[in-house]
Amino acid sequence: MLEAANLECVRGDRRLFSGLGFSLSGGELLRVAGANGSGKTSLLRIVCGLLSPAEGEVRWRGSSIRSLREEYWKEIVYLGHSNAVKDELTAAENLTVACTLAGMKVDRGLVLAALHRFGLAECAALPSKALSQGQRRRVSLARLILSENLPLWILDEPFTALDAAAVDYVRTLIAQHVARGAAVVFTTHQEAEIVGTMSTLDLDTWAN
Amino acid sequence: MTGHNWTRASVNWFKYSSPQTFFPLAAKLVPWFGAAAALLCVAGLYIGFFVAPTDAQQGEAYRIIFIHVPAAWMSMFIYVVMAFWAGAGLVFNTRLSGMMASALAPSGALMTFIALWTGALWGKPTWGTWWVWDARLTSELILLFLYFGFMALQAAIDNPRRADKAGAVLALTGVVNIPIIYFSVQWWNTLHQGASVSLKSAPSMAATMFAGMIVMALGFWMYSIAAALLRVRCIILEREHRSDWVAQHMGTLK
Amino acid sequence: MLTALRCVIYRDLLLAMRRRADVLTALLFFVIVVSLFPLGVGPEANLLRTIAPGVIWVAALLASMLSLTRMFSADHADGTLEQMLLSAAPLGAIVIAKVIAHWLVSGLPLVLIAPILALQFDLNQSLLWVLTLSLLIGTPVLSLIGAIGAALTLGLRGGGILLSLLVLPLYVPVLIIGAGTVDIASAGLSAQAHFLVLGAFLVVAAVFAPWAVAAALRISAE
Repeated sequence: MLEAANLECVRGDRRLFSGLGFSLSGGELLRVAGANGSGKTSLLRIVCGLLSPAEGEVRWRGSSIRSLREEYWKEIVYLGHSNAVKDELTAAENLTVACTLAGMKVDRGLVLAALHRFGLAECAALPSKALSQGQRRRVSLARLILSENLPLWILDEPFTALDAAAVDYVRTLIAQHVARGAAVVFTTHQEAEIVGTMSTLDLDTWAN
Repeated sequence: MTGHNWTRASVNWFKYSSPQTFFPLAAKLVPWFGAAAALLCVAGLYIGFFVAPTDAQQGEAYRIIFIHVPAAWMSMFIYVVMAFWAGAGLVFNTRLSGMMASALAPSGALMTFIALWTGALWGKPTWGTWWVWDARLTSELILLFLYFGFMALQAAIDNPRRADKAGAVLALTGVVNIPIIYFSVQWWNTLHQGASVSLKSAPSMAATMFAGMIVMALGFWMYSIAAALLRVRCIILEREHRSDWVAQHMGTLK
Repeated sequence: MLTALRCVIYRDLLLAMRRRADVLTALLFFVIVVSLFPLGVGPEANLLRTIAPGVIWVAALLASMLSLTRMFSADHADGTLEQMLLSAAPLGAIVIAKVIAHWLVSGLPLVLIAPILALQFDLNQSLLWVLTLSLLIGTPVLSLIGAIGAALTLGLRGGGILLSLLVLPLYVPVLIIGAGTVDIASAGLSAQAHFLVLGAFLVVAAVFAPWAVAAALRISAE
């Protein structure tokens, strides 16, 4: 479903990796591993199309994501380092905006239910500046609950700032999503014990 | 330009779109363009200062147009060429095109500055003032700002690939705007000043004057190419300083 | 696509409402700059009447530029911009929404307050209308062109100053024609041609600027 061929990434003067390739089909989980600065985030940004690789290309169902553009973005969720949570908006408003931008139709009921499942029911109407880092992360992750029908999730450090219970919950979400036949690519520093077939892509072996 | 280089380049043009292969080619071309520039400028100045007749109204002072007008032509031409290279870099994603655009910008700014400076020098004896808000001078001033903007933007971006692409978007925006700026400034000028002072009151042109300006313009053109090629060589070395071939090249220099 | 457009406009207006101080500062800047001119050039009524359109237009230019740096930078800083770049809706549509919101928040207030400021300069009533109408058509063009500069300078050192260097030369035609409408009307001629040209600028900018902004935003994400 998702294929990367011969990817090369250069940041500044450094070549982070080159000749990198992998392929991922539905029901597979891919963990991108590597030391700090090995290019994990850059790889994820290349895979979702924010960054264009110096060489090589990423293909989705056989066609290059550069030509698919919105057709591809319609089908993926990318959650980056930053939460994309606005201080001045409430948790519910933030989630609604994120989903609308992603082309989903959501109503208030769905949004509140998703926030509730992430333990944010009381905070739904609070301005996000009152939220803690972990709670902001949850607001951004709550989008996953509403994105069960999207076939590719790309998650950059989804467990950062979360407490143990929330980490477990996100793991369950990922495992369920993979079990549904979708593909998930993610990075993490923590030991990820996610049930199912997980392959690991170690960037340190592609570095040069 | 020698026929030898041209035929080789036309066999496989894209071979020279890589910085590594273009680097030595540029080195070979620079002396030719430089020599052509020197010859043409000497010839143009000779025509301008000794052959062209003295103007009945303005006397000898008018002879500055042999520098002023060709510089003004080149300032606009270089902007268009720069936008072309920048746009080509954006579309074909070739690194050399972006470098070429960055290499052209200082030459363009220099030509614009010369045009403004000589315009002021011409204005003093002709109109009795260093600066008039003439439509062409004003557009030329704004063109200088556009060049400065392009160079400042590229200087502010550390990542060369982003610098090239961002510069390209700006150059293309500028190239769409230049005619609009020119016509609006002209409109503004006629609205405010009527026809009291204008470069249009320049003497009707004799054939030798025109020839002088053409030769000078060609000379400036060759100079700009030579300068841009020299500059692009520096940019190539800077950007590729990590690659093996640059290391080898620097090694042979030592 | 329209849903996304509406959503972004609504969101930006909501944000502006919850950060009212930012909007008011730009407006106050406009008022203060315009009010400084009589202090600088003297209270002579004829002179003030002559320079009024130029002064108000230049001040509007500067005020709308002040707010440009904020157009994308907050979204850039908190990661929302990434989500916009990966949106299911075309980026051009999102850009149009951002520009519309920017204009409603920082352009429209200038247009509304301009007639009052023009009274300080003793402009007569018919010229007041001409000035307001010219600002009404002209300020959206400023927002559109300015968006290109804002997107290009996103996240750069000295972004604000650089932005003015990039954008101000491109504002020249709008300034000339915009202030020209009042000049020509005060000479007793019809300003219709000027308004048509200003309208043409708006159309051209509305067609091309979103492309350039979208391209610049994608570049800035790299």
